[in-house]
Amino acid sequence: MSRAALLILADGRFPAGGHAHSGGAEAAVKAGRVTGAPSLEDFCRGRLHTTGLVSAGLAAAAALGADGRAALDEAVDAHTRSLALRTAARKLGRQLLRAGRATWPSPELDALARAFPKGAHQPVVLGTTARAAGLGPADAAYCAAYETVSGPATAVVRLLGLDPFEATAVLARLGADLDEVAAAAVRAAHRVPEEGLHALPAASAPLLEIGGEAHAAWPVRLFAS
Amino acid sequence: MTSSAPAARALAPAGVRATARVTARPDGRGGTALPVLQGEGPLALRRTRAAGPAAHVLLVGAMSGPLGGDHLTVEAATEPGAHLRVGSAAATMALPGQGEASPEARYDVRLTVAADSTLHWLPEQLISVRGSALHVTTRADVAEGGHLILREEQTLGRTAEPPGLLRSRLTVRHADRVLLDQELACGPGAPAGWDGPAVLAGHRAVGQLVVVSPEFRTNPPAAAVLGEHATLTPLAGPGILVTAVAPDGLRLRRILDEARERWT
Amino acid sequence: MHLDHDHTHSDAAAVSADAHRPDGRRRALRIGLGGPVGSGKTATVAALCRALRDELSLAVVTNDIYTREDAEFLLREAVLPPERITAVETGACPHTAIRDDISANLEAVEDLEDEVGPLDLILVESGGDNLTATFSRGLVDAQVFVIDVAGGDDIPRKGGPGVTTADLLIVNKTDLARYVGSDLARMAADAKAQRGELPVVFQSLRSEEHVAPVADWVRARYAAWAAAAA
Repeated sequence: MSRAALLILADGRFPAGGHAHSGGAEAAVKAGRVTGAPSLEDFCRGRLHTTGLVSAGLAAAAALGADGRAALDEAVDAHTRSLALRTAARKLGRQLLRAGRATWPSPELDALARAFPKGAHQPVVLGTTARAAGLGPADAAYCAAYETVSGPATAVVRLLGLDPFEATAVLARLGADLDEVAAAAVRAAHRVPEEGLHALPAASAPLLEIGGEAHAAWPVRLFAS
Repeated sequence: MTSSAPAARALAPAGVRATARVTARPDGRGGTALPVLQGEGPLALRRTRAAGPAAHVLLVGAMSGPLGGDHLTVEAATEPGAHLRVGSAAATMALPGQGEASPEARYDVRLTVAADSTLHWLPEQLISVRGSALHVTTRADVAEGGHLILREEQTLGRTAEPPGLLRSRLTVRHADRVLLDQELACGPGAPAGWDGPAVLAGHRAVGQLVVVSPEFRTNPPAAAVLGEHATLTPLAGPGILVTAVAPDGLRLRRILDEARERWT
Repeated sequence: MHLDHDHTHSDAAAVSADAHRPDGRRRALRIGLGGPVGSGKTATVAALCRALRDELSLAVVTNDIYTREDAEFLLREAVLPPERITAVETGACPHTAIRDDISANLEAVEDLEDEVGPLDLILVESGGDNLTATFSRGLVDAQVFVIDVAGGDDIPRKGGPGVTTADLLIVNKTDLARYVGSDLARMAADAKAQRGELPVVFQSLRSEEHVAPVADWVRARYAAWAAAAA
C-alpha cells in the first residue's frame, strides 16, 4: 500500500462534495448549542463516538471485502434514522464514487456505480475507494472518523467566524478519541464475517438526527446538511 | 412484584436470571387467547380486562430492578391473527447492585410479530438510577404484514440525580431486512460527548416510537418536525420512527403520545 | 442530434467532462455563467431561457449561496418547466462548487439529462461570488462572466480570471451607467486590453430582447458543439 494514498483520500480538498455539508453543525449553531471552540469540541466528540464510529465501522467493513456491499448499504439505512441524513449520505456517496473512480480506477468501484446509479451510502463508497487505492480497513476507518469531525469544524469556521487556528486545535485535541474510534471500528469490521452485520457499531446521536431532519426543512441555509 | 422475588435474590446474590413469556393467538371467537403467560422471579405478567379483540397484558414485576448482575428477559410473540398489547404497571428502575463492583445488569426484550397480527409494546419509562449499570437490548422481528407499535423511553436519573450507565440497543427487523438498528450509551462510562451538543445536550429524557405497518409501504408519511426536539422520519421500509429528547419523562411522554395518536 | 432517449444505463455514469453519456449519446453543451453578486446573472439566464427555449431543449442548474433563491426566482418567472431547473447547495462556498469540487454540479447536470433529456444545452449559473471565481473545464464547455456598470467601471481594468479568460464577458446594466458615473468607453477599452480577441457584450435587460447578442453567441457555440458531434 502507498501511505500517500491515505493523504489524498483524507485531504479536505479531495473533490467529493464534503464542503457543502456541515455534519449537523449548522443546526447546532442555530440552536445555540455550538457557540465557540469548547462547544465545537464537545459536539465533535459526541459526533465522533456515534455517527463517526458507525461510519468508520462500515467503511472498514467495506474496505475488508469485495462482497456484501449491498448488505452494507442496507445497514447504513438501518443505522441512519433520519431520512434527511440518509439522503445526504447517498448524495455524498455518489460524489465520492465519482472522485474515487477518476482517482483510482477500479472494477470494484465501477461495479458499485453500476449497482447504485443514484449513489451508495458514503461510508460504503469510502471503504471501497480505500481498497481501490490500496489502503486497508484501518485507513478507511480513520478517514471516515476524521471526516465526521473535520466537516463540522470547517463549517463552524464559516458559520461563526471561529478562529481557524482554534478550530484546527480542536481537531488535534480529538486525536486520542479518533484513535479509539478507528480501532473499535476495525475490531468490529473483523467480526462481521463470523457474526454478521450486527457486529458493526450502531451508536446513535438523537440530537444530530432530530437536528438533521429539522435542518432539511429550513427554507434558508448555508449547508446542504 | 411477585412474592418469590426476595427469595430468588437471597439464593442468587450474583444476580437473578429470569424470563417472562407471553404468546398471543386468536381464540376463534374474534378475540385473542394467551396460551403462554408465564412470569419468573421478579418478572410477573397479568392479563387485564379489555374490550375489543386485543389481549392486554401488564408486566408487574421489574419495577424494583434490574439490579447489577441481574439478567432479565421478556419475550412476547403474536401468532397470525392475534392482537396483543403489553404495558407495565410502573417505571422500570435500573438500580446499583450490592457491593462496590457489581456487574452490569442486562435486560433483553424479544418481540416477534407474525403476519396479520398486532403487537403494541408500550412499557412505562426506564429510569437509570445513580450508580447503576444496565445494558438493554430490544429486538423486534416483524413478519411481512405484521403491525408493531413500540415505545421506548429512558430517563437519566431520578429528579436532580445524575444517571447511571445505560447502554441500549434497539433492532427492528422487517421480513428479512433490518429496518432500524441503533445503540445509545449515556451516563458515566459512556463514550465521551454523550451529553454534549451532538447527542443529548443536557436533556434527561430520550425516547422513540417505532411503528411498523404494511400500510406504510404504499403510503409512507413524509418526514416531519414535531416541535423543537422531536422528529418523525420514515424508515427504509414500511415503518416510521419518532425520535424525541425532552428535559424530563413527562414531557417526553406527551410528545410520543401525540405522535402515537396521529400515526397509528 | 435528437436520438431516442434511453433511460437504461449501459454502464456506470461517466466520471467527468466526457462529451458522451454512458449510453453513447453526446451530452448537452454546458455553459457556465459566473460573476459577482447582483450583476444580473439570474436575469440573463431568465432572458436566455425565454429566447432559446423554443429552438433548443434546455435546462438550468443554479448554485445558490443560501439554498434555492435563484432557482425559485426562475421558477416564479416560469422561464422553464420546474423539472428543468435544479438547485445545487454550495455550503457557503459557491466558487468551490463550480471549480475545486464540481461533483455536486456534475450530478445535477447528469440527473437533468436522465430525467428530462435529451437536452441540447444546460446553463450552469454560479452563486454570486468574487472576481476570481471561474468554472472548471471539467464542468462546463464554455463560460460567461457577468459584471455590471454599477459595480465600478474599473473592474475590466483590474482584470482577474473571470474578466480576463471567460469565453464571453457581459457588461450588464448599461442603462445605469449615466447614474453611477461609469465610463462605458473606458470599460470597453480596458476589457479589450485584458481580453484581446475574446468577445465582450454590453447589455441592458430593461428590455429582455436586449439579450439577443448573448443568445446569438450561445447559438453559435451550440452549432459548433452539434457540428463536432456529427
